[in-house]
Amino acid sequence: MGDALNLALREEMRRDPRVYCIGEDIVLGLPFGVTKGLVDEFGPERVLNAPISEAAIVGSAMGAAVTGLVPVVDMHFADFVTCAMDEVVNQIAKSRYMFGGQLDCPLTLRMPYGIGRSGGGHHSNSVEAWFVNTPGLKVCIPSTPADARGLLKTAIRDPDPVLVFEHRGLYRVTGEVPEAETPVPLGAADVKRPGRDVTVIATARMVHASLEAARRLAEEGVEVEVVDPRSLVPLDREALALSVRRTHRAVIAEEGPMRASVGAWLAWVIMEDCFDDLDAPIVRVAAPDVPIPFSPPLEGFVTPDADDVVAAVRQTLK
Amino acid sequence: MAPGPDLLLQMYAGMLRVRLFEERVRELFANGRLPGFLHTSIGQEACAVGACAALRADDYVLSTHRGHGHLIAKGGALRGLMAELYGKANGVCHGKGGSMHLADASVNYLGANGVLAAGCVLAPGVGLSIKRRGSAQVVVTFFGDGAANRGPFHEGVNLAAVWTLPVVFFCENNRWASSTASSLSAAGGSIAARAAGYGIPGETVDGNDVLAVWEATTRAVLRARRGEGPSLIEARTIRWVGHFEGDAQAYRTKAEVEEGRRTDPLARLGRLLEARQLLDAAHAGRIRAGVVAEIDDAVAHAETSPLPAPQDALADLFASYPWSR
Repeated sequence: MGDALNLALREEMRRDPRVYCIGEDIVLGLPFGVTKGLVDEFGPERVLNAPISEAAIVGSAMGAAVTGLVPVVDMHFADFVTCAMDEVVNQIAKSRYMFGGQLDCPLTLRMPYGIGRSGGGHHSNSVEAWFVNTPGLKVCIPSTPADARGLLKTAIRDPDPVLVFEHRGLYRVTGEVPEAETPVPLGAADVKRPGRDVTVIATARMVHASLEAARRLAEEGVEVEVVDPRSLVPLDREALALSVRRTHRAVIAEEGPMRASVGAWLAWVIMEDCFDDLDAPIVRVAAPDVPIPFSPPLEGFVTPDADDVVAAVRQTLK
Repeated sequence: MAPGPDLLLQMYAGMLRVRLFEERVRELFANGRLPGFLHTSIGQEACAVGACAALRADDYVLSTHRGHGHLIAKGGALRGLMAELYGKANGVCHGKGGSMHLADASVNYLGANGVLAAGCVLAPGVGLSIKRRGSAQVVVTFFGDGAANRGPFHEGVNLAAVWTLPVVFFCENNRWASSTASSLSAAGGSIAARAAGYGIPGETVDGNDVLAVWEATTRAVLRARRGEGPSLIEARTIRWVGHFEGDAQAYRTKAEVEEGRRTDPLARLGRLLEARQLLDAAHAGRIRAGVVAEIDDAVAHAETSPLPAPQDALADLFASYPWSR
């Protein structure tokens, strides 16, 4: 998936000379290799290694975006966005609305996030819910290389600010990427595996955990449908409802903490759109409400996985 | 380097426009005509007008919660501004922004700001796009002495300096961060001296002397246009009124407000113009009448303009949006 994101950046930087990348250590492609080699093709004018100044990185991106450039910010780790929270939430998200539509703010925030490899408390968090809860931002969250490339391209072309949540555990996931340039629209969910018995709505790494769960449950004769919303704002409510109306059962799987999360909101969406179609209560899979711990057994304990999805699906079938 | 007679008269009219506009909105606010909070810049007119007089029309300005003067000095239309303060549908931001959160893209005024020093990190990005275009424009970001204690001030100055960006950091030091004295909140005794830490020019000027402000800003602007990078200006001034309308100002003495009135930047420029025989009482009266007429027109326009339709609260969030909840 990392290579697919790199390809998307190259394609968009070739297409539009206004596009530039900015972040910490991105000339070398650190920390995950996504921007590796871009400087060789586009030069240091368009691949900007910034000081470790998140507020200035994100704030300057807005200043550039409203005056004619198209920045792509690499947040390094999504956790560090806290150091630029005013810039994202008060400045960028409100730039069009508060000024009555006078300014376009076409910027992309790439948000490497997620649990894994003992990242610890400041390098593991799923913070997408904060931004779904912030009007004025679009939020997408790919799970495959093709989706990652397509969504990042769409994000860069969008006249509004878009956050792309890239699970850092998926950078090495492989998958087919179409030969032709194929932007994936925002607000279009994708059925990753069809099934008639239970709908699992999952994002990012949990899509893969859910596919694993579906394979295991298929051996017992339970056919799970895995639906990936791909973008959270806007949200493809129709696709989610269409699936749940057929299966009558829903599991919502995410990696973030349980409380007031994206999954909590999606559960409400399903309740509102499909209440009469549900044959069982919605079951949620999420991390417990603790910070992400360091030691492998502790980290493993709080990380939602395929076992959790299997158990959740079984619960809807009781 | 000195401004010619036309520019001096232009600055006089500009300062008068800011002064009378602010006095009028205070009155309107007191009479319950304007919703929300109001922060006026009475006493600080020389900063806004002197700085903006050093700019081209296509230069950019980023402003603060005390921003009416900056917009007026940048050439913003009084009608759009006044209607916005009224919360009317034809306000410059269609009533979405209000006093503290308005922009006027038609004059490259990229926004007042409810968050202190927010403009200090936006400005380097504006500078980056200017540099990329090679357009020799400049961006001025205004902020107060209180804002200079926030992280974004330091991050923004550092980034603009390290990338040699065409930014002028303009600090209006009016001695008070809301109700906290600058002497109790800003270490070192000088905001301008902080420039040295970033290797850029820092200059303190009398913010009640519009010529000094114009000269300092002109130096900084020319340096930025030449591609030599940012500068920091600290203009020492006095706000005559409270932090916000309704502020009882228990934290400061009457003597300070009297000092402000004694050093009135507008009267000071008036005296200079008279001494140079560029202005007499009749001429001053005509200028005043013209400004009053502009403000009367803006008020009448705002009073008779429609309020926004309530459901317009849902518009302008995105360029286009497939609405879903």
